[in-house]
Amino acid sequence: MRTIKFLLEKEFRQIFRNRAILILIMVLPVMQLIILPLAADFQIKNINLSVVDHDHSPYSRQLISKITASGYFRLQGYYASFQDAYRLIEQDKADLALEIPNGFERNLIRENSQQVFITVNAINGTKVGLGGAYLLSILRDFNQSVRTDWVSPTRMPPQPTIEVSPLNRFNPQLNYPFFMVPGILAILLTMIGGFLSALNIVKEKEIGTIEQINVTPIRKHHFILGKLIPFWMLGNIVFTMGLFVSWLIYGILPQGNVLAMYVFVWIYLLAVLGFGLLVSTYTDTQQQAMFVMFFFMMIFILMGGLFTSIDSMPGWAKCIAALNPVSYLVEVMRMIVLKGSGWSAILPHLAIISGFAIVLNGWAVWNYRKTT
Amino acid sequence: MKQFLTFVRKEFYHVLRDRRTLLILFGMPLAQILIFGFALTNEVKNARIAIIDPAKDHASRSLAERIGASNYFEIYEDVTNRNRMETAFKDGKIKLAVVFPARFEHDLMHRHNARIQVIADASDPNYATTLTNYITSIVQDYQQELTGTAGLSYRITPQIRMLYNPQLKGAPNFVPGVMALVLMLVSVMMTAISIVREKETGTMEVLLVSPFKPAWVILSKAVPYLILSLVNVLSIVLMSVMVLQLPVAGSWLLLFAESTLFIVTCLTLGIFISIKTKSQQVAMLISLMGMLLPTMMFSGFMFPIENMPLPLQLFSNVVPAKWFYIIVKSIMIKGLGFTAIWKETLILAGIALFFFIISLRSFKIRLDEY
Repeated sequence: MRTIKFLLEKEFRQIFRNRAILILIMVLPVMQLIILPLAADFQIKNINLSVVDHDHSPYSRQLISKITASGYFRLQGYYASFQDAYRLIEQDKADLALEIPNGFERNLIRENSQQVFITVNAINGTKVGLGGAYLLSILRDFNQSVRTDWVSPTRMPPQPTIEVSPLNRFNPQLNYPFFMVPGILAILLTMIGGFLSALNIVKEKEIGTIEQINVTPIRKHHFILGKLIPFWMLGNIVFTMGLFVSWLIYGILPQGNVLAMYVFVWIYLLAVLGFGLLVSTYTDTQQQAMFVMFFFMMIFILMGGLFTSIDSMPGWAKCIAALNPVSYLVEVMRMIVLKGSGWSAILPHLAIISGFAIVLNGWAVWNYRKTT
Repeated sequence: MKQFLTFVRKEFYHVLRDRRTLLILFGMPLAQILIFGFALTNEVKNARIAIIDPAKDHASRSLAERIGASNYFEIYEDVTNRNRMETAFKDGKIKLAVVFPARFEHDLMHRHNARIQVIADASDPNYATTLTNYITSIVQDYQQELTGTAGLSYRITPQIRMLYNPQLKGAPNFVPGVMALVLMLVSVMMTAISIVREKETGTMEVLLVSPFKPAWVILSKAVPYLILSLVNVLSIVLMSVMVLQLPVAGSWLLLFAESTLFIVTCLTLGIFISIKTKSQQVAMLISLMGMLLPTMMFSGFMFPIENMPLPLQLFSNVVPAKWFYIIVKSIMIKGLGFTAIWKETLILAGIALFFFIISLRSFKIRLDEY
């Protein structure tokens, strides 16, 4: 116990001496948490539309004004030919082009049916999915109103209609920062913990001070614990600041059990720090440690379910996601902060992350050699 | 010139000697392109939903079957009533629930109006909206079949043409994005670390007292990394062509020329960071902690830039990855030529020049500055 106390004193002194790093640790996450959710607005509301109206009839104009009035689309302009509208898509200035052929109104009334042409830039799947769906539903509405214009009610037999009434739970205003803030906080916490701990032991290796520790009777697990605890405390401070920032800036207060969230974060931090220490014991230079960590961080972040849904991934990728501690933290944060879940909901996650913590730290202690 | 080549050779030795770093440098981009090319997708597949059907009549069953048959959804069987639904939502077991009324078929056939409630977990707003849209369109199809052709007079049929990515795969969007992200971070980090490392270990002193011009010392460090990164570009592109089946629609030569420009831009940024920092740890924290998420977000491949508040839109203009992402997308996916991307090229060149000049100006050859 006394050994650990001295080790802790050493580590803390080293941390507090290096002002530049201390400031970076505190400032970078807070700044990113303030700014990034504003940038991560994926609500599709500004779909750029260019229109080619060959018909210029009351109906074609009605349709266009109906589309622009919906609020989802931003009209980039009217074009005389499809080529011009196409060029706009090429230049990324428009996502969709709507072409209304000549004789739209006449054919619709006389021949009972008429086509319109929609051209979509399909590179970004979400934009296409949502934009296309909005456009189609507007078209359907418009079609319905045309029908009621021309078909007399007596001719129309009552038809069975199914009404779909959507209800959005947990985030009724569909507020995007609500969704992103807990996830981004989870990522930032992971990066701080992972990078710092990965660099730590390896730095002592690189400058040679690890030899001085190795010749002392300090036990292996004491050494690892001495490295773990300071970063664990720093991680907690960063996390608490993050919660505070998300309340102050975005008005997000956890709906669920805060204690459950903290307990999860405590164990989670142990797991992430253990992973960093493990990387640290396997590498020889800070550069190596950094690249290894960078590799894993990219995978952790992109496969963590923060940006794209894990459900949509192929089977093998789901397996990777199951081995990714970040995916558990992101999910737990969202459950507790947004949905107000409690202990019972996060218990399975808690069990898994405890497993991660034990395995990773045990592995790190085992792999740390006092002799070379 | 001979001196310069000697220095470049020295740097190559440094790089090639560290086998482990080399392995990571080459292996990492490949592994990431593969993993992300296959795994990252914005399309909805196998979303777990619950169907609560107290009616259990013919109509409700056939509609539920249709929903279950679609690729978008996977029906979670455990939830059969509203109480269960609540906990399933909270435990994250389901993303959406379709609730039928108690007398669905009766309502539909006799009162001609039945109402289905679609409850979505909107903590992810887009996912919720997309799922709701899919359910709605399945219901509408079903209804259309019930009505038959009677209601189909004066019909407008939309003809939809999907450009560039008709199967709506994730790769055409994510490969250029991940490519920009990985190249940027790797090049910035490598240069930043290797220069600061010489400062930290003290060997910079030796280099500075040599008769070689200090600026050239720095430049010679960038050369091996430029070549390494170009090899990375080649392997990423080959991988995406052969494994991800994403052909290069435009000119390969242009793609490589632009990649070279982008890498040079990143290297100058790395040099700038290394000049401004004193320890490897600080350089790494800045180039990773400080740049990973912002590069990911402001390059535009995750989040549409036009949705951001104006100050952030302006900020995104200084992120080199944004321009490179546009360039790669234009060349690889859309098959456009140089005339379509000259502006982006010019901006990248401008950023490179900017960092080059301020690096030169703030480069100190006196040791006390370190």
